[in-house]
Amino acid sequence: MKSSMQIKHLLAGAGILAVCSVPSPIVQAATAYITNEKDNTISMVDMDKLEVVKTVRVGQRPRGIIMNADGTEVFVCTSDDNRITVLDAKTLEVKYHLPSGPDPELFILHPDGRTLYIANEDDNMVTVTDVIDKEIIDEIPVGVEPEGMGMTPGGKILVNTSETTNMAHFIDTDTHEIVDNVLVDTRPRVSVFTKDGKQVWITSEVGGTLRILDGNTHVLIKKISFEIPGVSDEAIQPVGVRLTSDGKYGFIALGPANRIAVIDAQTLEVIKYILVGQRVWQLALTSDGKLLVSTNGVSNDITVINVEKLKAIKSIKVGRFPWGVVIHP
Amino acid sequence: MPFRRKDFILRDSIRIPLLLTVLAGVLLSVFALSVIPSKPALAREETLQELEERKAWDEKRKKLREEHRKKKDVKKKDSSPTERIKIAFLLQEIEVPPALSNLDPVLTDEGYYGAHLAVEDNNTTGKFLNQHYILSEVTVPLDGDLVAAFKKLVADGHQHVVVNLTAEDILTLADLPEAARVLIYNTSAPDDSLRNDQCRANVVHTIPSRAMLADALAQFLIKKKWKEWFLVTGPGKGDRLFAQAVKRAANKFGAEITGEKVWDFTADIRRTAAAEVPVFTQDVDYDVLIVADEPGEFGEYLIWRTWDPRLVAGTQGLVPTAWHRTHERWGAAQMQNRFRRTAGRWMTSVDYAAWIAVRSVGEAVTRSKSTDLAKVRKFMLRPDFSLAAYKGIKVTYRPWNGQLRERILLAAPRSLVSVSPQKEFLHPVSEVDTLGYDKPESTCRKAG
Repeated sequence: MKSSMQIKHLLAGAGILAVCSVPSPIVQAATAYITNEKDNTISMVDMDKLEVVKTVRVGQRPRGIIMNADGTEVFVCTSDDNRITVLDAKTLEVKYHLPSGPDPELFILHPDGRTLYIANEDDNMVTVTDVIDKEIIDEIPVGVEPEGMGMTPGGKILVNTSETTNMAHFIDTDTHEIVDNVLVDTRPRVSVFTKDGKQVWITSEVGGTLRILDGNTHVLIKKISFEIPGVSDEAIQPVGVRLTSDGKYGFIALGPANRIAVIDAQTLEVIKYILVGQRVWQLALTSDGKLLVSTNGVSNDITVINVEKLKAIKSIKVGRFPWGVVIHP
Repeated sequence: MPFRRKDFILRDSIRIPLLLTVLAGVLLSVFALSVIPSKPALAREETLQELEERKAWDEKRKKLREEHRKKKDVKKKDSSPTERIKIAFLLQEIEVPPALSNLDPVLTDEGYYGAHLAVEDNNTTGKFLNQHYILSEVTVPLDGDLVAAFKKLVADGHQHVVVNLTAEDILTLADLPEAARVLIYNTSAPDDSLRNDQCRANVVHTIPSRAMLADALAQFLIKKKWKEWFLVTGPGKGDRLFAQAVKRAANKFGAEITGEKVWDFTADIRRTAAAEVPVFTQDVDYDVLIVADEPGEFGEYLIWRTWDPRLVAGTQGLVPTAWHRTHERWGAAQMQNRFRRTAGRWMTSVDYAAWIAVRSVGEAVTRSKSTDLAKVRKFMLRPDFSLAAYKGIKVTYRPWNGQLRERILLAAPRSLVSVSPQKEFLHPVSEVDTLGYDKPESTCRKAG
């Protein structure tokens, strides 16, 4: 019965091959990209292993960092080079540059995937760049030292804050005209819309507050101050804002207070302070909302926080003065 | 030393080619050094050429923007009548003292560009709020009539007068009947008397007092445990006043003045320092030499020439100051670049004080929603008045004497060493009040 055995073996072999060729769902490890402002580098961190896998030189004074919609490209504001540098997300090789106007600090990509709105910090301007044509299509005069960039979910309204003018400017992205200006507290840094567009959250670094405005009328809903026992008020300087997509939490980085404030996004109350590294500025969430990463500028590291437990689990050393962070997926 | 002549004779056939080779070598190395880029690792300084290029780029972009706007045919929105706020900047020419060196130019326009930049900043905000700020600059000649110039400014409707004047001149103007309708902003006189028994309700100070500067330095030296000081004072009145502030600081924070001398040599210090300073400093036991030389006549010539190896601080060496070109933290790099593009030189403490004064007007008018002088002044002296001034914390005004509260930089010539108040010195209200005359210490009874 050799031939039947052989056929059985063949069938078994074919069966095994067939099973093996069915693609198993590949779980892609989330990767965090961090700009190191003083080192002129980008650190790439594997969010499963929680370690730095690659550090790459990029242009001068890298600050704002975002990714394109499909996560294949990383955009970096190389501020002192007065342009945007675009890198391949896997290899971190420089693919091309985009014009941005002088001193680009922070930026945001329109849901259309091709229009980039850039805050030119020392020029009182928001520059609008087309990513495909690689050219500047418009410049919008705003207040002094613009930084924060936020957008409504559909991309209709852009919000930009100016640090010295102390205002949030709401800009119609079709006409590039400012439709509203709202005075906020001293030295606003970051402005972010909630996922449903109903609220916009704005931090004021020197004013020490978080203002939550109505997303449509821009009327103040709530002004939140922070109190941490043992920490002087002057050290509490809110900068970065990140909201979980399930509408549960808002995280605020408090600068030299070395902590992140956790806000219940339903009641708008501060529920906890999480101790991280020194001078925490920017924040990013993994797309599954499970991990939060903070950049700690003065201790030269990032802290990874478990969102469910609201606990810091690990700090990872990166380059000098880590500034911005983006995570994909 | 005797030498044998024949060893030193260069043959003619070698002499000229050798000279040429040496000359070529020198020229090449000079050329090479000039093209090697030397950027400091942590701060990026724009060269004057880059500043010019940036100006040209800004002009080009402005033209493109205007063309683009015309094409878009933007309809002008109806705007309600614009509120005009007039601010004056007043300074009197000073006699330029003979300069010991031409390293740093003697500035005659300190404060002007600071005020100018702040008015631009106010107007950038103002265009969103229908406010327009106008700056008038008046420079009174050396022998001109300061009082007349001031009266004219008041008559022209200026309620805010930013001044770069001596303490005596400030008091003369503040006591005029016209000055009752005006707020005067002192951007340069550090006299402690103006913050105490000579204070005025219509004067605020945006420049630190001598007491604040001395206290800032003292805190740092105490923290380092360098508590024995040798105080060297120049012959001038300002020098003596600074020395007084240093002594007060020593008493306040627990340092000891182990030696005190007056430097009043009149010979050219550049030639005599090496001989005079060692003898001058030989017989004192101290940790740090503190020099009070406000005009800068001899203070730079003490370090390296003292008998013992000692550091120098005060008006030269490690200098307490409101602003310095080495300061780039807390967003200051942006301000440094913007100022240099506007003025073509580094921002000084007086420029910074003038910027703060004009920005204070902008903030107070905007937040109090009023141009009424009494309302604006009241708002400015409130604890929740808040101006971001590139020093990490907001700046506010002390209601008891109108002095701006701010951190003080401690700067070496090419690096920022520290920022006071040092965190070890605590205070129940605000750590910055450990510098200068705190509320219980102030003898000012008129302001507030």
